[in-house]
Amino acid sequence: MKTLVKILKKPITSTLIAVLFGFLVAAIVLVLAGYNPIEAFSALASGIFSKPKYISNVVIKATPIILTGLSVAFAYKTGLFNIGAEGQYIAGTVFSVLVGVKLDLAPVLQIPIVVLAGVLGGALFGGIVGLLKAKFGIHEVITSIMLNWIGLYFCNFIVNSEAYHKPNSTASLPVNASSYTMLLPKWKTSPEGVAALKPHQWLYDTLVRTDVNFGILIAIVMVAVIWVLLYRSTKGYELRAVGFNRDAAEFSGINVSRNIIDSMLIAGALSGLAGALAITGTAPHGISTLAAFENNGFNGLSVALIAGSSPVGCVFAGLLFGGLLYGGQSVQQVVGAPTEIINIMIGTIVFFVALTRIVPILADRLGKRGAEHAN
Amino acid sequence: MEISPEYAVQMHGIVKTFGSFCALDQVHLDVKKGSIHAILGENGAGKSTLMNVLYGLYQADAGEIFLNGERVAIKNPNDAIARGIGMVHQHFMLVDNFTVTENIILGKEVTGQFGVLNMKKAREEVLKIVKEYGLEVDPDAKIEDISVGMQQRVEILKALYRGADILILDEPTAVLTPQEIGELIEIMRGLAANGKTIIIITHKLKEIKLSSDVCTIIRRGKYIDTFPVHDVSEEELATKMVGHQVKLVVDKTPAEPGEVIFEIENLTVKDERGLEAVKNLSLRVRRGEIIGIAGVDGNGQKELVEAITCLTKVESGAIRINGTEIQNTTPRNVIEHKISTIHEDRQRRGLVLPFTVAENTVLEKYRSSQFSRRGMLLLDKISAFAKRLVEDYDIRPAGCEERPARGLSGGNQQKVIIAREISNDPDLLIAVQPTRGLDVGAIEYVHKMLVQERDKGKGILLVSLELDEILNVADTVCVIYGGSITGTFTQKEADENTVGLLMAGGKRNENAG
Repeated sequence: MKTLVKILKKPITSTLIAVLFGFLVAAIVLVLAGYNPIEAFSALASGIFSKPKYISNVVIKATPIILTGLSVAFAYKTGLFNIGAEGQYIAGTVFSVLVGVKLDLAPVLQIPIVVLAGVLGGALFGGIVGLLKAKFGIHEVITSIMLNWIGLYFCNFIVNSEAYHKPNSTASLPVNASSYTMLLPKWKTSPEGVAALKPHQWLYDTLVRTDVNFGILIAIVMVAVIWVLLYRSTKGYELRAVGFNRDAAEFSGINVSRNIIDSMLIAGALSGLAGALAITGTAPHGISTLAAFENNGFNGLSVALIAGSSPVGCVFAGLLFGGLLYGGQSVQQVVGAPTEIINIMIGTIVFFVALTRIVPILADRLGKRGAEHAN
Repeated sequence: MEISPEYAVQMHGIVKTFGSFCALDQVHLDVKKGSIHAILGENGAGKSTLMNVLYGLYQADAGEIFLNGERVAIKNPNDAIARGIGMVHQHFMLVDNFTVTENIILGKEVTGQFGVLNMKKAREEVLKIVKEYGLEVDPDAKIEDISVGMQQRVEILKALYRGADILILDEPTAVLTPQEIGELIEIMRGLAANGKTIIIITHKLKEIKLSSDVCTIIRRGKYIDTFPVHDVSEEELATKMVGHQVKLVVDKTPAEPGEVIFEIENLTVKDERGLEAVKNLSLRVRRGEIIGIAGVDGNGQKELVEAITCLTKVESGAIRINGTEIQNTTPRNVIEHKISTIHEDRQRRGLVLPFTVAENTVLEKYRSSQFSRRGMLLLDKISAFAKRLVEDYDIRPAGCEERPARGLSGGNQQKVIIAREISNDPDLLIAVQPTRGLDVGAIEYVHKMLVQERDKGKGILLVSLELDEILNVADTVCVIYGGSITGTFTQKEADENTVGLLMAGGKRNENAG
């Protein structure tokens, strides 16, 4: 009983229970709609795991939301609610395109410059929010929601500008190929490469038929960097102190305004990085006119929530999310159930994560009851 | 003790555990009808837990509760209210922008047909109770516009409106001015005379002597004793509460002041509303002496401390430490010039509660080469440093350095702050209300530390609203009134009446001076 109570009190248990409930509610909805939930879930599973190609697509889908999730989680740990990850992500894509289309250097230089441009774009958007909060006390939620829309229309403006518009399309020109971060991009396009890969079905599948790229590695490195920054550096100490108790931080000589701005700069940079890596790593390597948000940033909010704002947790939550988003497509193809079922599932999981604060409390009760029985 | 209807409340053999921690171990409480019964104990002794059991917020693991001689099970606060128990919490549960009447009837509204609120009738009913118990209060005033003492009356009225016969007051005097405390005691007496039973939780000895008939002492979750209050002295009460002899008078040798290290010259500071809260104030602190600033709350103490610590701007005048002017710089600059401050609000300004004790001990020093290198924290060093402070200052529970500061009791949180500030090795130590909310044992400790630092040759500036504390600890007493120092006395000259009169804005009595 004691070990059970202990296990139930771990935050990861609550999260797993929430995920389970997500599937349960989705199953009920499926039954009500006249579909077989077992079929649907096996379609989901095979849509994620049955081919190496699928797995790599899940990872590709997960990369940006791991980073935007990390952005939200980081800001949250420093006492800020970064609902602007969406706009910062868009800024990242736009700035990468602005530089990557015009510049064409050797990949060693080109890739860092294009990615950095996106990072700066995101940091700029985040920084504005931080500055307005630190200097004028304007709440970050308000400014960052407004900046999300500014980002969207800024993107559309660039797409339709003469210098960047791709004729007869709703998209911008792609960035130059020297910016690409896919694994062995040349092998895909050259007949020799394809011929060399052809005998190895697995490699052929993952490399040639998807946009496997370095993004996920960078995302994981950033998770480690952010963890070290938060918990091992003096800067992180300041950021957390300001986040937990601004008054005490101020009183002990920590510059509060400075840290609010820094926090939003870093959070914005992470979301911008997510956007930049999407441009350099996946087709169409450009931006297109947005009629609505693509939710790469907003999904980051859910990822951070499921991860309990733990940087490491964002990797797993991001992969779960990526899996549901990508695998969900096959639910429609195989069973014919609408993809909305996946949204219901995601919604339910997020809902239950928010609810599962109750699990440790229930575990406490269970522990007590156990003790009473022992008496 | 026998079960009898003469007793409003009888709690026998109450046991309450939280995990492995035993908060209450076989505690008894017998409260006579119509009496004022004090429950005395140190912070964390289990007073509040016992009352929360009575009010139905906690369920006891063992033990029986009797009301008026009848055995009852109180499952939740609604149950308690239905049985005539009312509780006034330390932190008031009032809606700020509602009127007094609205607050009192909230949850038990007077309604006419179709559930429509009948405010007129509600107001009459409230006025009836107000008259019945002589609890003067304007039924139409908004809570945010009335004083803390008045708000407390509203809380009491709320309980009476719900038909309470037994009133539990949890630390009712913690937030009150001396005058309001006097009024509260009057109210309590009036209620008791009207047949109400009052249980008061406190650790202030003086007030128990003034207000209560009987006192029950709890120490570390154990029942110690119950006795009539007028039979014992304050010292005896303190000894019983803490479990060993306590000195209520601070033990110290005469001060041997050295050179002036800290100087305030013609300081003027405006408050948030733009009014001059500190006016042309001058002050000097020498090495090896404790300067005490006595005054009623709101006479510029807050602004004075904020100006010294650079949290607020100075209009004019100078603040010097070792000859260097520090006004209108930054809090960090102040700390770097060897001024350390124990802030009155330890949870807001003093500690980052979710941080561990270790993280809190380096709040001002994390950047020094001792605790970080190239921007990275030296966690081992911080841990070792915190461990040493926890041992040296007897911060409990032992070995708490890696636990969140939130989990410590108020007294131990204060010890963390004191340990940190003293470890800064300041030239000037400012202590603002350093014993607020602490129990007798902890107060004795804090005073001892202040005297000890004085004897090491530091200048101490003690700002307190408790006149007793100032008269006891300070070598020189300065009275602050209306933002200026209106009188300065040596400890010998200072007597309660003269200083008290000045604090209230009176002129200095020539004969007594």
